[in-house]
Amino acid sequence: MSVDQATVRRIAHLARIAVTDEEVPNLQSELNAILAFVEQLGEVDVTGVEPMTSVTPMAMKKRVDAVTDGGFPEKVTGNAPVSEDGFFVVPKVVE
Amino acid sequence: MTDPTKLTLAEARDALANKSLSAVELTGAFVSAVEKARDLNAYVLETPDKALAMAKASDDRIAKGAAGPLEGIPLGIKDLYATEGVRTTAGSNILRNFVPAYESTVTSQLWRDGAVMLGKLNNDEFAMGSSNESSAFGPAVSPWRRPGSNAQLVPGGSSGGSSAAVAADLCLGATATDTGGSIRQPAAFTGTVGIKPTYGRCSRWGIVAFASSLDQAGPIAKTVRDTAILLRSMAGHDAKDTTSADIAVPDYEAAVGRSIKGMKIGIPKEYRVDGMSSEIEALWMQGIEWLREAGAEIVEVSLPHTKYALPAYYIVAPAEASSNLARYDGVRYGLRVPGKDIAEMYENTRAAGFGKEVRRRIMIGTYVLSAGYYDAYYVRAQQIRTLIKRDFETVYAAGVDAILTPATPSPAFGVGEMGAADPVEMYLNDVFTVTVNMAGLPGLALPAGLSSDGLPLGLQLIGRPFDEETLFSVGEVIEKAAGRFTAPDRWWA
Repeated sequence: MSVDQATVRRIAHLARIAVTDEEVPNLQSELNAILAFVEQLGEVDVTGVEPMTSVTPMAMKKRVDAVTDGGFPEKVTGNAPVSEDGFFVVPKVVE
Repeated sequence: MTDPTKLTLAEARDALANKSLSAVELTGAFVSAVEKARDLNAYVLETPDKALAMAKASDDRIAKGAAGPLEGIPLGIKDLYATEGVRTTAGSNILRNFVPAYESTVTSQLWRDGAVMLGKLNNDEFAMGSSNESSAFGPAVSPWRRPGSNAQLVPGGSSGGSSAAVAADLCLGATATDTGGSIRQPAAFTGTVGIKPTYGRCSRWGIVAFASSLDQAGPIAKTVRDTAILLRSMAGHDAKDTTSADIAVPDYEAAVGRSIKGMKIGIPKEYRVDGMSSEIEALWMQGIEWLREAGAEIVEVSLPHTKYALPAYYIVAPAEASSNLARYDGVRYGLRVPGKDIAEMYENTRAAGFGKEVRRRIMIGTYVLSAGYYDAYYVRAQQIRTLIKRDFETVYAAGVDAILTPATPSPAFGVGEMGAADPVEMYLNDVFTVTVNMAGLPGLALPAGLSSDGLPLGLQLIGRPFDEETLFSVGEVIEKAAGRFTAPDRWWA
């Protein structure tokens, strides 16, 4: 499979990465080089093979559903580009 | 006295214990070595004041008889490990000013055991690369050069700052991480020793995530013994990482020097890849001979799905990366570039903050997870991953204790030489290492010889799950036979 330029723009939008018109042809050829490389996986007979979900056999550990951490909003928002009164500030989402 | 930066970690530990050297003296020697070696670009942040304060505290504990197992040992920390109050960037502009309010579990265990932090080490951006060239801080440079040449060589990647710093005596050991070969390939390129432990052996908590089902922490150091010492402190169960294994951590150092007589070492025929250089082949044969002389039984084994590991990896790893890196959105931390609305803010932030290789991998990951392609790419890759793991299980079930392979298909290449036109060319560096991540197994890389142009070449040992000890025992046999490899010309000092 290979991607066309419209698909490159669609993937970039899904990934929330702005791309310029000049970048699209390069991205297209790079993505197609990778897709051509993974094409050989089609040769493998995977009939009846379970897809891997965990590389080591382990039971999911569970803990009590309770608050175990917190109470330091200034630490949580300390690296935010914009914050106010313990909240993250973003551009207006709803008009 | 002799230059203490040239000691091994074990030698320095003994000198500190018998008080022939103080932790402040030792750290002071490293602080000035690091300052002089800035041409290597191994450290992206030096923390000399913190290092000397930690060393002073170590001397106090040694005086009181309360020394930990790594007391006073100066280490470099890959910039993928969150360090409380110390900038942590993952080699990315998107985290250029990120100062964590918490400490990664692995580093907190190193400080618990008395180690000293010299600074943060360079790496490929978000650990995506095999040459350290994708770092936002520019490439780390290998201390090795081809004889008679001043051309800069790569120290491997993604843990290129770690391997360069260890090889140039800029720390006694370094933390690193390995998703497809990022500990073992840089170790092989620089004549150092690196181990990627079994998936789950070290906590991933507080380490910047790349591909969570593949990422593992591990050390790079000068000798097999030194990596064994470091891994014992780094490993262990952590309630904050649900994939961390609740299995006791053995005294790995005790495995160094153990006899390998009667062990069965597997030689996988599928690792004889097309176009493999004759010197890599010869190195491998030499390694086999050393193990046979030490009393191991050599058996040919088959891992039939080996050739599919790398393409399957380039689906699984980007898919997980595209999901993990969704968090860099300009809201909670990191860079923000404004836009006319929130969607444009996300897009502008991520376009400006991520480098080329990271953008490429996020986009591949987004594509293989998108509607209509998920089954054809992602599910198939995970099925092939099951087959790769089954190959290893079959070999181990037949009584094989460890597997010996080359670590890389070539010695180190020059800065700017590889992957400019086709990203896949760079990816092929990991052809021997990536199977180990796909199967969650432990893998150790160590130097075993020099190439025709005088550069280190490495071998890799692959072990059973949670049997790192066998790798240390077998590794030490190769190390003893091959000797140690240090860059002949200290041009950077």
